[in-house]
Amino acid sequence: MTAADAGIENMRSALRRDARRRTAAALLLTLPLLAFLLFTFIVPIGALLLRAVDNPEIARALPGTIAALRGWDRESRPPAAAYAAIVADLQALREQSDAGTLARRLNTEVGGARSLVMNTWRALPLPATTDAAQVHAQLIGIDPRWDEPWIWQAIAKNGSRLTPDYLLAAVDLRRTVEGSVESVDADRSAFRRILMRTFSIAAIVTVLCLLLAYPLAWWLSTMTARRANALLIVVLVPFWTSILVRMAAWIVLLQSGGIVNQSLAAAGLIDRPLALLFNRTGVVIAMVHILLPFMVLPLYSVMKGIPRDYVRAAVSLGSHPLAAFVRVYVPQTYAGVAAGSLLVFILGIGYYVTPALLGGPEDQMLSYSVAQYANVHLDWGMACALGGVLLTATLLLYAIYRRLARMEPALA
Amino acid sequence: MKSLVALCIPAMALALQAHAENTLTVVNFGGANGTAQKKAYYEPFEKSAGARIIPVEYNGEQAKIKAMVETGKVTWDVVEAESADLDRGCDEGLYEKLDWGRIGPKSDFIPAAVHDCGIGIFVWSTVLSYDANRLKDPPKSWADFWDVKRFPGKRALRKNARFNLEFALMADGVKPAEVYKTLATKDGVERAFRKLAELRPHLQWWEAGAQPPQFLVAGDVVMASAYNGRIDAAQREGRNLAIAWAGGIYDLDYWAIPKGTPNRDLATRYIAFAVSPNAQAEFARLISYGPTATKALTKLDAKTLAQLPSAPANAKDALKFDFQFWSDHGEAMEKRFNAWVAQ
Repeated sequence: MTAADAGIENMRSALRRDARRRTAAALLLTLPLLAFLLFTFIVPIGALLLRAVDNPEIARALPGTIAALRGWDRESRPPAAAYAAIVADLQALREQSDAGTLARRLNTEVGGARSLVMNTWRALPLPATTDAAQVHAQLIGIDPRWDEPWIWQAIAKNGSRLTPDYLLAAVDLRRTVEGSVESVDADRSAFRRILMRTFSIAAIVTVLCLLLAYPLAWWLSTMTARRANALLIVVLVPFWTSILVRMAAWIVLLQSGGIVNQSLAAAGLIDRPLALLFNRTGVVIAMVHILLPFMVLPLYSVMKGIPRDYVRAAVSLGSHPLAAFVRVYVPQTYAGVAAGSLLVFILGIGYYVTPALLGGPEDQMLSYSVAQYANVHLDWGMACALGGVLLTATLLLYAIYRRLARMEPALA
Repeated sequence: MKSLVALCIPAMALALQAHAENTLTVVNFGGANGTAQKKAYYEPFEKSAGARIIPVEYNGEQAKIKAMVETGKVTWDVVEAESADLDRGCDEGLYEKLDWGRIGPKSDFIPAAVHDCGIGIFVWSTVLSYDANRLKDPPKSWADFWDVKRFPGKRALRKNARFNLEFALMADGVKPAEVYKTLATKDGVERAFRKLAELRPHLQWWEAGAQPPQFLVAGDVVMASAYNGRIDAAQREGRNLAIAWAGGIYDLDYWAIPKGTPNRDLATRYIAFAVSPNAQAEFARLISYGPTATKALTKLDAKTLAQLPSAPANAKDALKFDFQFWSDHGEAMEKRFNAWVAQ
């Protein structure tokens, strides 16, 4: 090896060391962000999805019973061993809260299970006996409902630690006792309708935002930078105001004796006040107002970068100005339209406060059901399943968008 | 908005607690009820015990308590809970077992007030109420509530299945004594929901107890189900609201201590103070909810007694709320109700 070769080799390894150091430094610099994302985004969403299928209560509290019920046809009398097993399992629950957790879970499956489990748990322990018939008689003595099939069916059906039930229920399906999937009765189903309603409200809001924002963004893009910036601040001021304040303002404006109705009546346009509040109209008006900046900004940033020359060229070649606008200018803004629409639509389907305050019961979106299950019914599995449905819908839409646009959204 | 505000309050309470050791966070149902509690319970207790009470309002959402207990960050010390919630919460470990030795002999209270995890605060009733200025021909029963021909206009009901299914059955001709027997059958549930659906185009829902008197006074509705104490409070403000006691559903609210509160000792002292006959009698004078301590009744004059849901004339055709039924079947009913409301 010559001295020159050795020098080159040295230089190479020095360069490699340097590159490694840079990579390490870059990694170190992004580490806080990665950790932040992990703990605020990936872990909670993972936990949410896990909770939507998690079903530990019955498997944890009644392992013996579940083993005894394995192979049972779920129609005839449960095997004699099951009676002894449930007594043993319930007796092993030391704390009342353990029994309470089991009772709550079984009761979401079938009404009446709560009192059955709690009454039985309170009556335990039973006098020791090995005779299966005697255990059965004692159990029936505590509560005759142990002779009915539904409680055993509920236990057998939920023997596994994971359940598809919450996710099925979130789209109005349910598992029968035998395990096949069917639709729930029409008068109990709600979520498909609410999901469709959520999409339709978000779609209406997106279209209205686009109609309002497109001319505004175009107008802004024709101005000098200074004037455009000044006007953009006007667009952004409501954006910086608290949502609750804006909701309260809309209530004042839209109520039956509010400013809008009073001015319309004063102008002689209406005889009696229009119903603008606690219905779909109020929800859509307020959502368009809140989400408009999310449409204006991407549109503006795309339009600003479009040279005027193309439209001018089209006109100078004989095109009607309107045709030139539609056929030459508009296609160049598709990236902005797509980005803005996607942003507004995805934000829109997650709306909760606006429909809750300005809508009626028929205008509530899926987030309202999530809150209802989390806060009122204490059924967090169901709340998580509904959240999962919303998340899946959002991801699907994003995938479709990516397929259509074949590019990253040019988010402003 | 209500829930957002309610979310902020515990956070503020937490901040306050950090620099005040001898404070107690007491959670109530707000409105006129909360005001009466402040005068009858909080202020006298603050004076006698040298402690500070932070009142917090809620609408009975047990999820907040569950979240606190499960995360081990319990910032609520004493909670006013409805009977079904108390019973369930006790079973599921949301509430501490009450130290009855420090509160008093159980025989001093009406039997319904005694529970492992709680003690009855007062007897309240959900009743048919109306504005006597607007309805000269007074409605007398839930059948009248459903009669949209004789009483045209909107009606307000609480936005849940509880009570409403019972009212619907009574409106459909079921006697109060038969209501829960009927509701326990599949046909009975169908019948109740069918009857409720009949009224749907005329319904406006309420969620907070302060709303029905507001709706009535504003003329938004002609009749409303309401907590009797809230109507009483509106009457004291000079409003001519009236109650039809027949078919009312009475129940108790309870003091309960969320499991794991660091202030359990002070919470028990507070409860013992608040259920004393003197404090209860004072509360009943401020708002017409019936005392649970039998000795408190002897301290009240005839006029106050006549306004209580527990007065014989008022309780005659009333229904006792069956919290065991609702503990067992509440979830199924509420889910179905919610599906129906959202349609």
